[in-house]
Amino acid sequence: MSITKAAPPGPGPSDTEVRGDEANGGATGERQGWQFSSPLVLTMLLILVVALQGPIRRAVSEPVMQSWMTVFVAVVVQALPFLVLGVLLSAMLAVFVPPSFFVRALPSRPALAVPVAGMAGAVLPGCECASVPVAGALVRRGVAPAAALAFLLSAPAINPIVLTATAIAFPGRPEMVVARFVASLLVACVMGWLWQRLGRTDWLRPPAHPSDEGLGKGAAFWNSVRHDVMHAGGFLVVGAMAAATLKSVVPASWLGLAADNPVVSVLALAVLAVLLSICSEADAFVAASLTQFSLTARLAFLVVGPMIDLKLFAMQTATFGRGFALRFAPATFVMAIASAVLVGAVLL
Amino acid sequence: MNRQAQAVVLFLVGGAMTHAGSTDLYLRYVKAGLQPMVVGAGVVLMTAALATAWYEWKHSKSASGKEVHAEGHGTGTGAGHGIGTGTGTDVHDQEVHVHREPRVSWLLVLPLFALILVAPPALGSYSALRTGTALQAPLAYPPLPSGDPVRLSLVDYAGRAAYDHGRSLGGRRIAITGFVALDGKGTPYLVRMALNCCAADAQPVKVGLTGRIPPVLQPDTWLELTGTYTGRRTKDPVNKGIIPFFDITEAKPVPVPRDPYDESWNN
Repeated sequence: MSITKAAPPGPGPSDTEVRGDEANGGATGERQGWQFSSPLVLTMLLILVVALQGPIRRAVSEPVMQSWMTVFVAVVVQALPFLVLGVLLSAMLAVFVPPSFFVRALPSRPALAVPVAGMAGAVLPGCECASVPVAGALVRRGVAPAAALAFLLSAPAINPIVLTATAIAFPGRPEMVVARFVASLLVACVMGWLWQRLGRTDWLRPPAHPSDEGLGKGAAFWNSVRHDVMHAGGFLVVGAMAAATLKSVVPASWLGLAADNPVVSVLALAVLAVLLSICSEADAFVAASLTQFSLTARLAFLVVGPMIDLKLFAMQTATFGRGFALRFAPATFVMAIASAVLVGAVLL
Repeated sequence: MNRQAQAVVLFLVGGAMTHAGSTDLYLRYVKAGLQPMVVGAGVVLMTAALATAWYEWKHSKSASGKEVHAEGHGTGTGAGHGIGTGTGTDVHDQEVHVHREPRVSWLLVLPLFALILVAPPALGSYSALRTGTALQAPLAYPPLPSGDPVRLSLVDYAGRAAYDHGRSLGGRRIAITGFVALDGKGTPYLVRMALNCCAADAQPVKVGLTGRIPPVLQPDTWLELTGTYTGRRTKDPVNKGIIPFFDITEAKPVPVPRDPYDESWNN
């Protein structure tokens, strides 16, 4: 699609020929005759955008477009460093840690490996963007998917940085930190066990990873970094666009209507957490400011957000395949709400 | 997208991140504490790009020894294409494993263009009016610093005015800085966006204006207002939060501060 768009506006008689050929090429996946290599397309795209920068700047000078772009750029600039961190970790796991390490480190019975992996999530200092590539690398290294998924869900929610931020955002309410920890770990373990009982390996179809065979360690390492950044980064952009649209187009006053009914308020904040796609290190502050909602509803916001949101869904699709994400995301969403309500009823 | 193009995109994105992190540009989008992360990520991305280019070059050099590589592909765009396919040897050596790089990677050029060509400004009055004031009760009211007028952050003033009824302000002259926002009825506010991590979670703290309001107010212009506490207050129509007022005696335009957001809640 981008290839066709990037075709020069009118380079002469060959124009139509190129477009027609490109359409055929896209359909069959096999390109012949006129070749459009991606460096050429990229070069033309760069030249085109630089040449048209005046009209582009004018087009985005409306306040709503400006605020959309600011939020869009902000989500990308904020999430990319954590994504890079996760990608580096995952590349190190993939290249320098032998598979036998995980066999020894995790209990051989998956039922036990799930909670151990869930607790291990506490040591990954970062937000959800870092945990997706790491969990992907764990699966490729032969870790039981159930355990890797427990790690994927728990890591962004129960690490020390996130819990500290929660304590700061809710001063004088340490039970909020405890509730977040307990509820998140509970969801992670339950989802791990669920996968172990019901999950089928053919749902888990990670897109082909470039094979490292025959490559040196350095080449394999950078190959993995490049592939993961390009892949997950593209999906991160999709998520950032969705979050920016919500933030700058949907009026915040809609939320006020939902706050009065206890059931609706929990659902509303859970959906909001999915749509906003805020980094798990910052969501506690947003939750703290939603003062019109009950503490249980805000707990649901804090439990759902790090486990499933638009950005994460896109990145999970990239790492584990669409069939997986379509089943895993709704199940996680329901489990997270149930766990938050349960823990909220006991602790808050 | 083949690996050469990927290397270019990675390098440009990394370069843009490093540039944003090493100037004040990143402060429009994320909190100040993320600077090392932003610069670090930029450097890693540029390194990954250079490494990719280096291994591609080595790869193509060793591959050009095998005549199978050039065969059947040389006609279209010449030698450039032979390198361009990147996964070329994969295709030839094992027909089964063709790894197509995902189209979604092309989207990475969007933040690149946004950051380099447009560099959108920090969130302003449009976002501020759509979101309810995020003012929260301060934990304590430390004594005011010295100076006349005493310079306070807008968030500090609003907290003392709304939750301490101005008692800790002691009737002193105060100077606060923020940007102008005019709501649908033309009511003027001075606003500062408070930020916890990135602009996606930025929330406004609003102060209503009274007294000698400048005759012409343009939204999003930054002002330093000097004045005193007033007991007047109103409720934010969006979330019913308290909006305290400020009694202006003097107003002067100021440039956008280095960090346009209030980050006092981060610590």
